[in-house]
Amino acid sequence: MRIITQITEWFDHRLQLAAPIREAAEHPVPRNTASWFYVFGSAALTVFLLQLVTGILLALVYVPSGAEAWNSLQALNHQVALGWFIRAMHGWGSNFMVALVLIHMVQVFLFGAHKYPRELTWIVGVFLLLMTLGMAFSGQVLRFDQDAYWGLGIGASIVSRVPIIGPEAVKLMLGGPIIAGATLSRFFALHVFVIPGMLMAFVGVHLLMVLKLGINEWPMPGRIVRRATYEREYHALTKQDGAPFVPYAVWKDLFFAGLIVLAIAACALYFGPFGPSGQPDPTIIQTAPKPDYFFLWLYALLSLLPPSLETPFLLICPPLVILALILLPFLSGEGEKSWKRRPLAVLTVLLIAITLGTFTRLAQFAPWSPHMNAWSGDPVPARYIHGTTALERQGALVFQVKQCRNCHSLGNTGGKRGPALDSVAARLTQDQLIRQVIQGGGNMPAYGDNLSPAETTALVAFLETLHPSGQAPARDASRDMALGESGQKELSAKK
Amino acid sequence: MSTKPVLVPSSEVAISRRGFLMKVGVLFNGFAAMVVAVPIVRFLLSAVTRGHANAYLSWVPLGRTEEFPEGETRLASFRNPYVMPTDGKTVDTSCWVRHVAGDQFQVFAINCAHLGCPVRWFPQSGLFMCPCHGGAYYRDGSRASGPPERGLFEYPYKVNDGLITIQAGQLPTPGGPLAALSTEKPPCA
Repeated sequence: MRIITQITEWFDHRLQLAAPIREAAEHPVPRNTASWFYVFGSAALTVFLLQLVTGILLALVYVPSGAEAWNSLQALNHQVALGWFIRAMHGWGSNFMVALVLIHMVQVFLFGAHKYPRELTWIVGVFLLLMTLGMAFSGQVLRFDQDAYWGLGIGASIVSRVPIIGPEAVKLMLGGPIIAGATLSRFFALHVFVIPGMLMAFVGVHLLMVLKLGINEWPMPGRIVRRATYEREYHALTKQDGAPFVPYAVWKDLFFAGLIVLAIAACALYFGPFGPSGQPDPTIIQTAPKPDYFFLWLYALLSLLPPSLETPFLLICPPLVILALILLPFLSGEGEKSWKRRPLAVLTVLLIAITLGTFTRLAQFAPWSPHMNAWSGDPVPARYIHGTTALERQGALVFQVKQCRNCHSLGNTGGKRGPALDSVAARLTQDQLIRQVIQGGGNMPAYGDNLSPAETTALVAFLETLHPSGQAPARDASRDMALGESGQKELSAKK
Repeated sequence: MSTKPVLVPSSEVAISRRGFLMKVGVLFNGFAAMVVAVPIVRFLLSAVTRGHANAYLSWVPLGRTEEFPEGETRLASFRNPYVMPTDGKTVDTSCWVRHVAGDQFQVFAINCAHLGCPVRWFPQSGLFMCPCHGGAYYRDGSRASGPPERGLFEYPYKVNDGLITIQAGQLPTPGGPLAALSTEKPPCA
């Protein structure tokens, strides 16, 4: 023991770090901040450190070359002992880190911790969030597979819409005229050197300010933040009702961080690594690229926005959101901290969470994407064929062969891009069906050029049979008048 | 106290001998930084400056006309003219070739005009469909439905001695040079 003490003292005589470290560890914090609500920031930091470790391990094998990256990932997955596990830890770590940073941000906002004097801590935190998202996207690119390739294409398409500098910015982003080796290399540099370096510096500043300004006290309804008095009140609070951070509060951080590390390992073990999916070969076009989990909401948004709004939205909204986040502590730097007295804050968080959640959920089904194989793969339900005439059956064939099924479902199978057609005859009359098929409209292409009159007749005859058994098909009341008795007879003969 | 600067003897100004040297040092480093910054910025922007005035574009052969029967639309692929040793398979690109009639063709980019996903051709319904956000195009490349704001991008092509060549070399994006080249309505539309 004595020798250990001597060695420690030898080092500390030269480094002189023990005293400031002890001071930082034992700085008094308000007792009620030793709460399970205050553990998310330290957990995010833990995951960041874990990402550094697993990232360095992956870099031992990974080759950042357009020609070799995919193969080196295969080697990691299948050849290198436990390579798959380290990849899975890194991938799941990324998901956990984004989630923890977001949860930490929501907690900080609802507890009013962004208010005076912690404005800059919040702003640095906003940049930490942006860098975390940057790491998530660039990491997805390093998994140089089909999704990464087409994901880069989507990124390039978005960037190219920036007025004036768009096309040049695309070249800068891709490192050349197309998505290729240079693209991967520069995303590697971003993911491995640039963004992590900035993250470390910003995390340092973020933590330094937490130490200097003190951790945010538990918000009490009615305890108002005022610039003139806050700091005095805070120091009085830590004096009266304070406790040293270590060990009074830190044990909860330690427990939660450990739990998160185990949860990441469990997910890695159970779900395994992410991809890589197919090779990044642009001549393989049988692919339906989808972004990683945390960008799914964007994927949904890009499908659901009206086309004319898309470009303005993409180019104007992100800067506005970032600006709003940066300005937030200046717009509400004083006043109530407690979420119980800030209904607008709670509603904003709920609205954003529900919006993002809904878009993410929608993106998992992707109802806007045609089912490319529905026309050849999904059968017409037998009940829609049973007892039909030859013409109507011919129409069912036309329905399949012309790929209508890729966008329209029958019996809940097929695409969801257009409306389900199980009861279309109850909604549209014969004339309306013919018009819709030939001219298209709404979001449907016109099929006039691709259907012969015979095919159209058969198709519409089939569509007219699609109505619930207890419900009469839609009919044009004026037709009875126009056609007289003979017309009505003809119609009833059809039923 | 406002008169103090006047009262300071000139010898006191001389304390800034070191101050002066420091300023010279800062200036000198600023100069050195500028000298180094020029090549650094040129290096960083090389992907942009090299490709000015569509210098990345050149004519690449696609295949012989008999590989593309009249009235049909077929998948073809070509190698991007600008290749780096680490590119791997990414320099091979697909495109859809529609043989309209005679020497008249349309060569469509594989990339959807919305966000660049690969579109697939369905000859039965005469539509190109995009798997990502559901964009659809007619056989002549014009927009049929979905989020794209325009038709498919078209490569300029030439037919010489039965060989089709296209002008390619840059990822087709809504703001790229191909978009500008193919905004004119195709003659057969």
